[in-house]
Amino acid sequence: MALLEVENLSAGYGLFQALRGISLAAEEGETLAIVGANGAGKTTLLRTICGALPAMTGRVSFDGTSIENSSAHQLARLGISMVPEGRKLFPSLTVEDNLIIGSYPKRKGFWTVERVYALFPELVKRRNNRGLDLSGGEQQMVAIGRALMANPRLLLMDEISLGLAPIVVNQIYKSLPEISGHGTSIVLVEQDLNRALSVSNHVYCLLEGHVELSGLSAQMDRQALIDAYFGANA
Amino acid sequence: MIATSTMLNGVLLGGLYALYGLGLSLTFGIMRTVNLAHGDIIVLATYLALITTQVLGLTPLMSLAVLVPVMFCIGYGLQRLILNRTLKDGMMPAVIITFGLSFVIQNGLLLGFSADRQVLRQGAIETMGVTLAPGVTIGVFPILTLAVLLVMIFALQAFMGRTLLGRAFRATSDDPATAELMGIDGKRIYGLAMGLSFAIIAVTGVVMGIRSNFSPFDGPARLIFAFEVIIIGGMGSIYGVLAGGLILGIAQTIGGAINPTFFQLAGHLVTLGILVVRPSGLFPETIERD
Ligand SMILES: Nc1ncnc2c1ncn2[C@@H]1O[C@H](COP(=O)(O)OP(=O)(O)OP(=O)(O)O)[C@@H](O)[C@H]1O
Ligand SMILES: [Mg+2]
Repeated sequence: MALLEVENLSAGYGLFQALRGISLAAEEGETLAIVGANGAGKTTLLRTICGALPAMTGRVSFDGTSIENSSAHQLARLGISMVPEGRKLFPSLTVEDNLIIGSYPKRKGFWTVERVYALFPELVKRRNNRGLDLSGGEQQMVAIGRALMANPRLLLMDEISLGLAPIVVNQIYKSLPEISGHGTSIVLVEQDLNRALSVSNHVYCLLEGHVELSGLSAQMDRQALIDAYFGANA
Repeated sequence: MIATSTMLNGVLLGGLYALYGLGLSLTFGIMRTVNLAHGDIIVLATYLALITTQVLGLTPLMSLAVLVPVMFCIGYGLQRLILNRTLKDGMMPAVIITFGLSFVIQNGLLLGFSADRQVLRQGAIETMGVTLAPGVTIGVFPILTLAVLLVMIFALQAFMGRTLLGRAFRATSDDPATAELMGIDGKRIYGLAMGLSFAIIAVTGVVMGIRSNFSPFDGPARLIFAFEVIIIGGMGSIYGVLAGGLILGIAQTIGGAINPTFFQLAGHLVTLGILVVRPSGLFPETIERD
């Protein structure tokens, strides 16, 4: 049984349906990449999985339990953590307090404040700064560290490279193998197809709210993926 | 000597005003909505203390052992059963509900206790004073009030700064949707914040009832003072409440020393002045939400 199973999921905003019948699965320990153009529904998918947005129809199951009716704070305690689009640090909290608040679900495991600092050493000298005093890259590291503090079984990451210099993006991506190495499965939204393919086991390409193409990242035909991304076959 | 005595009395009066502001500041900072019944709930707590002292034969200060947990539960229940239901519609429904609650409390107290002014009797401490210098005498109970206030402020600051739950309060104040992603149940946090505010109000109500007599319609004036404390001190700042209370108290006593009719006016003028010069108060801490 897969850790995460999404079956025929639809969701949206008011009457507008942003997801139309999405199905996907992630095995324990896997890294799954979601790609797709702006507005394809990537953020909506992650927000529905983590309970921040209600599902309209369809099923989401996590370790065999149906979770499509659970709220975000319940799912955080079950072991689903989210690195939201735009990082969303708590502005009145220091870097260290942002990390500590990540441990609110009280899940035991590898990750502690000290181990997050070991993963992202540049945060050490920033520990007493407020989140918004940091560079974009540092903020992203705090957002990832904050999510890790819950010792999640499933980590959802929404465009962690958004607006960052390539060198910083490289550094952040280097941390992913260590994160999955400690037993966390990852579902990651990424606009850069090369990065998405190189970091993941499976890739799913969304187009206008449905899965246009999916497959093993190692065997994915790049041109087919680009066509799916732009909807060339639609 | 008169100047020293005026300042000292202003500081001591400010301690009481800061107490009025503390509970309001807490919920305002976390829920971003105003409890318009705040003053009436202070008065309600005073009457509950009156009943407790009469029924259980306790002194007013001892009645706090009963009153603080009872008020916490009332606040928690009010938030969870009523106010939380309206969250998705913005801050206005909560404002209107507490406005209505204010009338319910006033008229309920009028029915139950009549309009006669009442007092809480703590005994000799009410009238004890210490003479610091010839002509400078200050009351023992006002000093106790200030001490109680300082203990509550430091405890609240430590709670907010050092505990996981305190950090969850601040995170929810900043961004409730993202706080949910951290496993924080915003409705529970709001309930606890209102409960804590009511527990502080219990202490405030008892102190108020010992210091002066009270009637069912004293709430709105207490609400005004609480507002002024927050406006002066800055939204969401715990130390700002202390500053706001002291400034308001000193302004009133100085105004009153110049001419007794200026007593309250001086406080309002200082509040207005600060509103003009620093609209977000002296020590604003709460961050604007997007
Ligand atoms: N809060 C909202 N209210 C209404 N419509 C929304 C809202 N958020 C997103 N949408 C719409 O839902 C669709 C999917 O948006 P979503 O944010 O999931 O896309 P995305 O793939 O994450 O895009 P991007 O790459 O720009 O982040 C879009 O058409 C978008 O306009
Ligand atoms: Mg998005």
